[in-house]
Amino acid sequence: MTARPMPATPFVLAPPRAGTPKLRLRLWHGAALAMLVLLSATLADAASTGPAARAGILVILLKWTPLLFRGFLFNILISVASMTIGTILGGALGITLISLLPPVRLAGSVTMQFFRNAPWLVLLFFAMFLLPFQLRIGPLVIPLPDWLKAVIGLSLPVMANVAEIMRGAVASIPSGQWEAAESLAFKRRQQVWSIIMPQCIKRMLPPWMNLYAILTMSTVLASIVGVNEVMTLAGQVSAAEGGRTDLLTPLYGYIMVWFFLYAYPIALLTTRLERRFAVKM
Amino acid sequence: MAEASPWTPDQPIIEITDIHKSFGHVEVLRGISLKVRKGEVICIIGPSGSGKSTLIRCINALTPFDRGSVRVMGIEVGAPHLDKLALRRRVGMVFQQYNLFPHRTALQNVMMAPIQVLHQPRREVEARAMALLKKVRLEGKEHSYPGQMSGGQQQRVAIARSLAMNPDIMLFDEVTAALDPETVKEVLVTIKQLADEGMTCILVTHEMGFAREVADHVYFTDRGVIVEDGPPAELFANPRDPRTQAFLSQVL
Amino acid sequence: MQTIAAWFHALYETTGINLTIIYDAFDRARFINGFLVTIELSVICIFFSIVIGIVGAWLQGSQLVWTRRIVQAYIQLFRNTPPLVQMYFFYFGLSNLLPRLHAAGGDQPLLSGFAWACISLSFFAGAFNVEIFRSGIEAIPHSTLEAAEALGYTRLSAYRHIILPLAVRVCLPALNNNLVNLVKTTTLAYAIAVPELLYVSAQIWSDNVNVPEMMVVLLLVYFALVGLLVLGMHRLEFRLRLPGYSRT
Ligand SMILES: Nc1ncnc2c1ncn2[C@@H]1O[C@H](COP(=O)(O)OP(=O)(O)OP(=O)(O)O)[C@@H](O)[C@H]1O
Ligand SMILES: [Mg+2]
Repeated sequence: MTARPMPATPFVLAPPRAGTPKLRLRLWHGAALAMLVLLSATLADAASTGPAARAGILVILLKWTPLLFRGFLFNILISVASMTIGTILGGALGITLISLLPPVRLAGSVTMQFFRNAPWLVLLFFAMFLLPFQLRIGPLVIPLPDWLKAVIGLSLPVMANVAEIMRGAVASIPSGQWEAAESLAFKRRQQVWSIIMPQCIKRMLPPWMNLYAILTMSTVLASIVGVNEVMTLAGQVSAAEGGRTDLLTPLYGYIMVWFFLYAYPIALLTTRLERRFAVKM
Repeated sequence: MAEASPWTPDQPIIEITDIHKSFGHVEVLRGISLKVRKGEVICIIGPSGSGKSTLIRCINALTPFDRGSVRVMGIEVGAPHLDKLALRRRVGMVFQQYNLFPHRTALQNVMMAPIQVLHQPRREVEARAMALLKKVRLEGKEHSYPGQMSGGQQQRVAIARSLAMNPDIMLFDEVTAALDPETVKEVLVTIKQLADEGMTCILVTHEMGFAREVADHVYFTDRGVIVEDGPPAELFANPRDPRTQAFLSQVL
Repeated sequence: MQTIAAWFHALYETTGINLTIIYDAFDRARFINGFLVTIELSVICIFFSIVIGIVGAWLQGSQLVWTRRIVQAYIQLFRNTPPLVQMYFFYFGLSNLLPRLHAAGGDQPLLSGFAWACISLSFFAGAFNVEIFRSGIEAIPHSTLEAAEALGYTRLSAYRHIILPLAVRVCLPALNNNLVNLVKTTTLAYAIAVPELLYVSAQIWSDNVNVPEMMVVLLLVYFALVGLLVLGMHRLEFRLRLPGYSRT
């Protein structure tokens, strides 16, 4: 007797469902986070044996909030800039991956693999050390301050990941679509741009947003290479307050809350889109 | 073996008294009572959605019920601290979709529960499992994986898997419904063989011919109640209730 | 060994390509040490993050609302905050709240930077693993669990013998991805002075001013490490494939 497929769809073939954070826990999460900060603040308070002359931790956090918040906005700026550059470069790299010319495809693929498998922090160092401090294009001199180098450094892995997302999306389009386009006598360029790509955009959006969240998380790496973003400022705040070590827990907790408040809605939106698109397909 | 209360073979092996079950606002079982004696084969027939699956799943506590009582060999299934293992080693169940464990071979599927649940010695279990696979006529398929077998073969492995626990009662929930017509027969032959050996069987089935052949008693359910019951010869030949008549005229 | 070293020394003198890690015994030892620390860190974190993933996914199936909520809060917290801040939070923040050890040479923190890196990275990657394992478990049809229950399995033993082995097979590709990310994320331990690969490389390039060379070496080493992990995971995937089901 020959093996025949089970009538029921074998579950192993189904892709794992995307993580689905429960919407109804949203409020509760905020409360828990606030609790966490308060708790760490009071814990730190209790742990500090110093006299009452020392200012309360919450007061200190409040005092430095404007400065820290400006630092945080800088992180967001870095993330947006890197995402923009990375997406443009990644789009171009992605196009090479679906090229019909094998050498172009190979070069694109090697580039993508190289930047995708390298740690982000290493790529950041890579950009910091190996980019010149200014670019000279003819008579034009563009200065490259550290933060701009960081932007470029972070856009490298973004580029590779965007290319991979694009490749994955194109691969997920049923081959029938290509054949249909082909049989309608579309040229290759038209096939890509008017048939395949429009269908890919929708599939690319959730992973692209996911990538953006990861990138946002990675902007703090810029502090390691000396950019004045929120983590650097946090260190400076702690120093300005006399190097109080008990300040560090609430300070870092506080920054975590900001990132959370920024990233969590994006994550929720991403999973919602993922689910919506999954149903339609 | 410790029993909740003494049960002797002259008492009904299963005694269902007036059970009710609702899913949300829908009452799926609306007061069903029936008795099964040891060695009896009963068939439950009825239109789709009438609550047949729900009923037999109440017997091995896969679905909890709201009211009434189910006693299996003296075990009160609705009891708050039910010993599920004690119940389930007495009651085997075979499902429509076979539900074999796809990461294990046929032989391993049969051996898993006795070893992992009952902690019986592997050698003994293996010998018994081989014998059971032989009984369901699957010699040579011991080392095939579920994905490499036909539906009928998988279903027979599932039967052997249940039998490996040495149950006193077997529940079959539309076990041939997912099969190709030509493989239905090989599964039915296996069930018939079991029934002939004196296993107490409860079958939910759409195979009316088979029901007529093996059943000692047939129950017709509709919308959560037993509309009519009786020996198959009687029920199939002279259905009294108009609903039974309508149903039988459609399926026969 | 000697001749190779000599050759690389000559390479430096003729071309300026300075690979001290090959011809200089001290740098070589540092580099190998860093490499081993990275491996150690990766292996420990992979192990614990998988444990966290399995336990967390199990707890997420709990009947208790609060158990599920706490696990969910953990996941969202660690997924949506920067791992570097998490590491600082653990290392600078929490370690200050712990009692200190009195050693001969003065006070010492209870846990080393390496230990904190392990803890924070395991929790970070673990949060993703919980989600991954959970989606794997959700992909297993409920009827499979019911079949196990009907055979007398308890929830825990069904999870261990049937659901988890199947779920692992479903989620291996996603797990693979996350573990690759974890290996890459071990570089963050640089920030708390754990002498892993990036940290020792930075020492080496600041001593020898050979940033480009070290950068290339570093990228190649990580490339190889990730490649090795991917290869291993693919072999595992192959070993665990379900016979009779094609992968499409
Ligand atoms: N877990 C559940 N949750 C909600 N509703 C359920 C559940 N299980 C069954 N039902 C509903 O209960 C009713 C009876 O279902 P049941 O599966 O017992 O019918 P059945 O007689 O076995 O039908 P079929 O012949 O199609 O198998 C159906 O309307 C079904 O939708
Ligand atoms: Mg049914």
